[in-house]
Amino acid sequence: MNGVSMEAGLLLAAILFILGLFGVLIRRNIIFMLISVEIMLNAAGLAFIVAGMRWAQPDGQIMFIFILTMAAAEVSVGLALILQLYHQLKTLDSDAASRMRG
Amino acid sequence: MELTFYIAAAVAILSTVMVITRYNMIHALLYLVVSFLAIAVVFFTLGAPFMAALEIIIYAGAIVVLIIFVIMMLNLNAESVKTEEEWLKPRIWIGPAILSAVLLAELVYIFTAAEFQQTAVVAVDARLVGIALFGPYMLGVQLCGMLLMAGIVGAYHLGRQNKKVIHRFLEKEAAQ
Repeated sequence: MNGVSMEAGLLLAAILFILGLFGVLIRRNIIFMLISVEIMLNAAGLAFIVAGMRWAQPDGQIMFIFILTMAAAEVSVGLALILQLYHQLKTLDSDAASRMRG
Repeated sequence: MELTFYIAAAVAILSTVMVITRYNMIHALLYLVVSFLAIAVVFFTLGAPFMAALEIIIYAGAIVVLIIFVIMMLNLNAESVKTEEEWLKPRIWIGPAILSAVLLAELVYIFTAAEFQQTAVVAVDARLVGIALFGPYMLGVQLCGMLLMAGIVGAYHLGRQNKKVIHRFLEKEAAQ
């Protein structure tokens, strides 16, 4: 089996992470921001998998499982918050929720 | 195997770019599924076949379907696509684009400056992952269970709608 260099894997993870960060920065729609956060989490997991491949150890994959669990919990709570926000404000604009009005 | 990695990486990057630039939310989600599938192929070429399966099942399966259900509940129409178009103007995204490009350039410089040894890919299968997961990482598994429990309770608590329980005759009286 031919080897994939660690550099290429880490570069892919970096590019995906930056794309996710860019998505969070430019989007005003809350759902798109949530999707971009998912992309960033996935890129971080990819970096762990690449590190696990370099030393042929399962530890990197275990960190990916933890990241996966966290992403699932995060997306369920985040979507519940989005639903609640949409019922309150009738819009998905994140700027509309900038004041707490406590 | 190396060529497969590069093709899958190119597909992942292209589809991720499409995700963050689409106006229509469903189109973006479909590109997101393609991106996750490409990353699953990347995992497979990196010798993590079990993680490739988990990526497809949980990311492309559960999480994307959850987001699609929420979008269906929100009843979005053609107007929302237009407002997305208004929100995504070059004036808005040029600044973040420059900042992210600088960050990316730094990361690329760091990764190309370091020297990495080329090692052959050895597949670490589900058996080894399971032995490590339920051996030294037992505490982490239990903490993950608690996190998921907190996620369920939190999502239920936040997702509940406080409906006014008013009988319809009373509501009619109140309107009059």
